[in-house]
Amino acid sequence: MINFERFVLSNGLKVLIHKDLATPMAVVNVLYDVGARDEEENRTGFAHLFEHLMFGGSINIPDYDEPLQLAGGENNAYTTNDLTNYYCQLPAENLETAFWLESDRMLSLAFDEKSLDVQRKVVSEEFKEHYLNKPYGDVWHKMREMAYQQHPYKWMTIGKELKHIEEAKLQDVKNFFFKHYTPSNAILVVAGNVETERVMQLAEKWFGPIPSGEKYLRNLPQEPKQQQARRMEVTADVPLDAFYKTWHMPSRMERGYYITDLITDILGGGASSRLYQSLVKEKKLFSSLDCYHFGSIDNGLLTIEGKLVKGVDIKLAEQAVNEEVEKMKTQLVDINELQKVINKTESTMLFEDMGVMSRANSLAFYELLGDAGLMNTELGVYQSITANELMEQSKTIFEETNSNTLYYLSKN
Amino acid sequence: MSITAEQLNRSKAPDIKDATEFNLTLKPYEKYVLDNGVEVYAVHAGTQEVMSVELVFKAGNWYEQQNNVAAAANFLIKNGTSTKTAFQLNEHFDYYGSHLSRGCYNETATIILHCINRHLGTHLPVIAEMINDAIYPQHELDIYKQNMQQRLSVNLKKCDFVAGRLIDEYVFGKNHPYGVYSNPEHYDALQQQQLLDYYKQFYTNGHCTIFAAGVLPSGFVQQLNASIGQLPLNKTILPAVVHPLSPSAEKKYRISNDANGVQGAIRLAQPFPNRHHPDFQPVQVLNTLFGGFFGSRLMSNIREDKGYTYGIHSYLLNHISTTAWMISTEAGKDVCEATIKEIYFEMEELRNEPVDDDELQLVKNYLIGTILGDLDGPFQIIGRWKNLILNGLDEHYFYSSVETIKKISAKEIQELANKYLHPEKFYELVVV
Repeated sequence: MINFERFVLSNGLKVLIHKDLATPMAVVNVLYDVGARDEEENRTGFAHLFEHLMFGGSINIPDYDEPLQLAGGENNAYTTNDLTNYYCQLPAENLETAFWLESDRMLSLAFDEKSLDVQRKVVSEEFKEHYLNKPYGDVWHKMREMAYQQHPYKWMTIGKELKHIEEAKLQDVKNFFFKHYTPSNAILVVAGNVETERVMQLAEKWFGPIPSGEKYLRNLPQEPKQQQARRMEVTADVPLDAFYKTWHMPSRMERGYYITDLITDILGGGASSRLYQSLVKEKKLFSSLDCYHFGSIDNGLLTIEGKLVKGVDIKLAEQAVNEEVEKMKTQLVDINELQKVINKTESTMLFEDMGVMSRANSLAFYELLGDAGLMNTELGVYQSITANELMEQSKTIFEETNSNTLYYLSKN
Repeated sequence: MSITAEQLNRSKAPDIKDATEFNLTLKPYEKYVLDNGVEVYAVHAGTQEVMSVELVFKAGNWYEQQNNVAAAANFLIKNGTSTKTAFQLNEHFDYYGSHLSRGCYNETATIILHCINRHLGTHLPVIAEMINDAIYPQHELDIYKQNMQQRLSVNLKKCDFVAGRLIDEYVFGKNHPYGVYSNPEHYDALQQQQLLDYYKQFYTNGHCTIFAAGVLPSGFVQQLNASIGQLPLNKTILPAVVHPLSPSAEKKYRISNDANGVQGAIRLAQPFPNRHHPDFQPVQVLNTLFGGFFGSRLMSNIREDKGYTYGIHSYLLNHISTTAWMISTEAGKDVCEATIKEIYFEMEELRNEPVDDDELQLVKNYLIGTILGDLDGPFQIIGRWKNLILNGLDEHYFYSSVETIKKISAKEIQELANKYLHPEKFYELVVV
């Protein structure tokens, strides 16, 4: 049971406090309700580029990192298709330093031309390091474009192409900031060795005076139900043939999401999962095989991906995957197997909640979903799922017309 | 009462307590000895009902006669006993949401269980069976060879993977456990009998130490003793193996791996003594300043000023008998040489100019703050202890390293820079 208290400042900033007096540290986590899905299609990669610029100095403080490090702190941030999250950890005595730094960059950035120039290059190198200079690095660019025709999940967080990042202008940066980085669009979580009264005072003092800004109302194009199977074949300089297949799945707050989460564990969660046992160990069609999803807030993609054993015909491999998927639609999952994936979910949650930083992260995320309290009730949802629901959900998802298949073939 | 923006001075930093004023304590372990002499180091801590048990065997690649035998013996220990198939073993742990992983390193190889603490008693007899009765089925070995070869073929397309192998070879030599790496033919050569022999000597009759942490269930020592404590471990004396270093004579390398690559992987390394050398702890501070954290000289110059890379890091490798000081980055293909030039420039700065007080204080505070944060949680605490114990050290080493951070002067740092940070001491490699 994760305890927390919640209050809202008059400018709309939500503040959550999670006390853990066993640690000497404090964590300050600021989540902004903006991700790559909020970008324009001709200006992608911006939410992530922006995350980098948040470290390039704010209106009253020339450098973010130095004062934090001087206070014995560390920080990092990440951007996803759904959100942008900043977090720092420091000795609890120096908590106010984090308030000072985080509130100033919520107030306004320095908007420095040099910082933009450098971070454009840094992000370009990140793009190359992760997506261009690695075998299979562009798979998700291709898969997202195939699977989504309307919804902005069709591009990756890093951006659709390098050009968008290289061409970013300072004016774009300013517009983006004032549209999305407002108190009413943010969630502040303060966790660790902290007192409620003091956190409330500090929040009022440092964040209270920030103008609330205009609440950004998200209105994204929704992905129409896919009516026809889509397929793509790519040949590239990679050593092995690889197989990728995705199916559209429910959004984060639907019951179907939790059911689908368990389906992915049954198919691909570890060495005793069905796909691994059947297709890697017994039939020896794949040398690696996984089933997963991204935990997306809007309708996401259930994914099966694997590398083929050399010499195996990819069509046969796909057929074998389809057979396993078909079983999910036609046969009830055994009670022990269902219990196994529920147990795994419980254990994963317990391990995740060990660190105070991870707890702060999760509280912010669940608050974004609507209620931080979900953190304490989600396990109950998983425990209530029945084998029948797994079968019904499988029938809905694993329709060939709902699928996107990518053959990523070795040219050698 | 509300405070308006006018009353707040946002340009002025709030007062801080210098992290160097904090008292750091490493929570002590409790030590037990099982019937067979296996030592158990345990840290009871944490709030969640979870725990870890790590069995560390002296079974790393230090002891193997042929490439990859140690790694394969470690990996396949979970792939079948005379009463259970690989699937049944996996299913046993997965059913309870537990995670049994293994890892093979240079001196050691480990089996680690992470589980909800109430399941420990169920798992221990199965782990004991794996240590005493693994059978290394031929078909499991065949799949392992094939899949590892395929994985290797993908990794060899990555410049950073290739660079990581080569730099180790240059520094330690191709036949040294720290410098050796696998090629496809090494997998082909693996034989079932070799694995069985290695397993009998270094696991079943091997030398084991246990590290446990978390909310440990009552009677956990008795449970360990009833299972692991009854195995024929720690009875036989292991061979004393000496591996001479054979560093490469040539220092500079430029390797072409991928004609269409857009980035190069850069590695610079020089041999460095192990933790028992008096320079080891103070050099950790110098290293942090140089390239060991986000605010380091290398990061500030090469990422934050020039934008040549997404990240650049320097660090001392975590080896036991001897080690190396490494600088590692991936940079745009056309700026690799410029990056190396800047690395050498930063070495020169550190040699020629004493670090100013503010920067030194920042590094000290950062390091102490990091240790404070890192001591938070049972797995982190046992990790510290394990590292000390496996390196033949104790808590004095931990406390002296904290003192070193607090007391080191700009002058000492500059002296160390002059002793070590010379370009000609470094192996230099770019893989494009």
